[in-house]
Amino acid sequence: MLKGVLSRPEKGKLFWGSLMNEIEKIGLSSVPIVAVLSVFMGAVIAMQTAANMDSPLLPAYTIGFITRQSTILEFSPTIISLILAGKVGSNIASELGTMRVTEQIDALEIMGVNPLNYLVLPKVIAAVMMFPILITISMALSLWGGWFACVQTGLSDTETYIYGIRAFFTENGVSDITYALSKTLIFAFLITTVSSFYGYYTKGGALDVGKSSTKAVVQSTIVVLIANLLITQLFLI
Amino acid sequence: MIELKNINKSFSGKQILFDINAKFEEGKVNLIIGQSGHGKSVLTKCIVGLHTPEIGEVLFDGRDFVKMDNNERKDIRKEIGMLFQGSALFDSLTVEENIMFPLQMFTEMTKEEMVDRANFCLDRVNMSGSNKLYPAECSGGMQKRVAIARAISLKPKYLFCDEPNSGLDPKTSIVIDNLIKEITYEYNMTTIVVTHDMNSVIEIGDNIIFIFNGKKWWEGSKQDILTTDNEEILNFVYASQFMKQLKGKLS
Repeated sequence: MLKGVLSRPEKGKLFWGSLMNEIEKIGLSSVPIVAVLSVFMGAVIAMQTAANMDSPLLPAYTIGFITRQSTILEFSPTIISLILAGKVGSNIASELGTMRVTEQIDALEIMGVNPLNYLVLPKVIAAVMMFPILITISMALSLWGGWFACVQTGLSDTETYIYGIRAFFTENGVSDITYALSKTLIFAFLITTVSSFYGYYTKGGALDVGKSSTKAVVQSTIVVLIANLLITQLFLI
Repeated sequence: MIELKNINKSFSGKQILFDINAKFEEGKVNLIIGQSGHGKSVLTKCIVGLHTPEIGEVLFDGRDFVKMDNNERKDIRKEIGMLFQGSALFDSLTVEENIMFPLQMFTEMTKEEMVDRANFCLDRVNMSGSNKLYPAECSGGMQKRVAIARAISLKPKYLFCDEPNSGLDPKTSIVIDNLIKEITYEYNMTTIVVTHDMNSVIEIGDNIIFIFNGKKWWEGSKQDILTTDNEEILNFVYASQFMKQLKGKLS
C-alpha cells in the first residue's frame, strides 16, 4: 500500500488542490477542538499540581514548571494526537470506506488513476504538515490555560507562574520541544496511514464502513501508544 | 474490438468462470446477460482489469491487457469509459467537475476547453444547465446520465456499463438504453453492457452473450433470443408471468 501512496503524483495541479483541501479538513478544522481541550487540560494540570503540593520545601514556581513539562512532553503531543486519531482517523476511514463501497475507488482505478496516491498521499502530507502546528498551538494554549486557572483561583501569581514555565528551559526545554514535535510527525504519519488502510480496504456496505471507521480509530490509538512508548525509551531514557 | 480467450477465474479455490471465449465488436452494443451470481460481474471486472484471470487473454484490439505492465494498462484505461451500477460519481465534486476530472487528469486542455467539453457532454445526455449541482442533488436517472457524460468525456474507444438500469423506472431505463445505443453508434465504440433487464436486451442488444454457471452458455442477437429453444435461456427470458403470457399471445 505504501508504495502506491508514496509514488509521484500524476498531476501537480490536482495534487495541490487536494492537499489544500486536506489541510483545511485535517488541520484548520481541528483548531477549535484542540484549542478547547488544551486550555481546559492546561488549567486542570496547573490546579492539580497546586493541590498536590503539600511540602513547604517545594518552590511556588513548581506549578508553572510541572505544567510546562507535562504539556510539552506528553499532554500536547500524545493526548492531542490521540484526540486527533479519533477525529481525523474516523473521518479518513469513513470517507475512503464510502468511496470504496460506492465504487468511486473502482472508477478511479478504471480511469487509470492511482487511487492510493490520489486519495491518501494528500492526507498523509497534510497531517504531517499540520499536526506539529496544532501541537504547538496546543502547547501555548495549555500554558495559557494553566496561568488563567492559577491567577483566577489565587493558587499562584503571574510572575511566579511565568518564572516556573521558564525554569531550566535552556537546559532541557528546547530539546523537549524538538522531541515532542518529532514524535508528533511520527504520530501524524501513523494515524493517517492506519486509518487510510482500514478505509481503503473496506468490503461490504454501510455497516462495514462504520466498522472500518471504528477499527481505524482503535488501531490508530494503539499504534500511537506503542510508538510513544518506543520513542520515549529511545530518546529520553 | 475486445476479444476474450479462455478466461478462467476463481476465488479461494472456487472456480467462478470457465473457459470463456467471446468477441465484442466495435460499433455494436454487446450484452452480457445472466442470472445474479453466475459470473457476469466477475467477467466484466476481469475485462476492465479489476480482477486478473488465472488463465486466459483479454485482447483490446489485439493488445493483451492481462500481460501488460501498469504503464501499458494505464494507456488502455484512458480509452475506457465505464458506467457503474451506482453511477460512482465523486460526491465532493459538482456535476461539471466530475465530467472534467478525466480531462484534468489526462489532458493538457485549458480550463475553458474543459468547460466547453463538459458542456458538450452534458448537452449530449440532455443535462444542460446542471453543471453546478452535486451528485446528491440529482435523481438516479440524472446521476446515470452524468456518469455517461463523464464516461464519454475522453472520447473512449470502449464503453462498459454495469447494470445501467438498476434502480430506475421503466421509462428512464429506456432513456438510458437509447443513450447508450446512440453514443455507441455515434462514436463507433465497443460497448459492453452487463444486464439482466429483458427490456434492455430487446431494446439495444446487437450481440448477446448468456452466462450460466460461469460458462458462456449461448450467444446470438436479440432476434435469436426470442426464437431459441435453449432451456436455460428460456427459463431466464420467460421467468416472469408477464413474459410467459406475452410469449403465449405472440405464438
